[in-house]
Amino acid sequence: MGQVYFEDVNTGDEIPQLRKNCSTQQLVLWAAGSGDFYQIHYDKDFAQSTGLKGLIVHGALKNAFLGQLLHDWAGEAGSLRKFGCAYRGMDEPDQDIICRGVITKKYSEGGEHFIELDVWTEKPDGTKTSPGTALVTLPGRG
Amino acid sequence: MTQAQNSVVTDEMRAAIGVEGSPATLEVEKTNCRMFARAVGHTDPIYYDEAAAKARGHRSIVAPPGFFGTPIFRPGAPPQGPTGGRGFNIPYKRVLNGGTDYEYFPDEDSVCAGDTITARTKITAFEETEGRLGPMLITKRETTYTNQRGKVVAKMYGTVIQY
Repeated sequence: MGQVYFEDVNTGDEIPQLRKNCSTQQLVLWAAGSGDFYQIHYDKDFAQSTGLKGLIVHGALKNAFLGQLLHDWAGEAGSLRKFGCAYRGMDEPDQDIICRGVITKKYSEGGEHFIELDVWTEKPDGTKTSPGTALVTLPGRG
Repeated sequence: MTQAQNSVVTDEMRAAIGVEGSPATLEVEKTNCRMFARAVGHTDPIYYDEAAAKARGHRSIVAPPGFFGTPIFRPGAPPQGPTGGRGFNIPYKRVLNGGTDYEYFPDEDSVCAGDTITARTKITAFEETEGRLGPMLITKRETTYTNQRGKVVAKMYGTVIQY
């Protein structure tokens, strides 16, 4: 994918979506990779004993998906300065999680070009489960 | 925020606001960067291939967004790192991670394999609210990540919900 430049984007633009779908195996990989071994993410009996319907996707994994969404978009010459989200709704394994971002502001300061975005993950029915914001830098065509 | 008579925030908890816990040492290693990146599904080779990372100007494999290394595990030792209010005697059974925000501070290079990060966490606020699920305690905390050169490379702002 080619590099995106500051001059090429505008407030209101949506960045390319990233579609995820976590197998339970991916949740176990994430548990090991992140060090979060809370059993509601891989032990169905345990999850149900806490009142959940079944296994749920780690909030921090959805946050990391947003990190990938932004990294892939900003490209080699861009950089990620802030990103994050609230864990508002639960997602289950084997269901699509669509990661999205929309530009809310662009400005230049101190020789750098900044882009602010609203970012979120959503279910196939459009329910936002992890709303957040981000700040990235993009190169200028200069 | 309501200062209800049945507040679960004790004087001990109020006194803990702003006090940094004991620092945790996080090692950023190639294998752990790869494992984190693989768990997310990253496809950029800078997270997997040292030569590719170096070709892009990095010192080694890059730590993916949200990764700052792995705490050193010692059998029998208390776990390192933030307890996020779980260390207090809160009369609520359930714990949810409410959200996480990361802020990066530009350095000469990204966090890379070979770095050693010191993480210091403090509680910044307790908030109490009455939600759909009943009374809730919201603990806000902040973790500062400092690399081996003494440079603050990132901060994490986290929210833990107990109800």
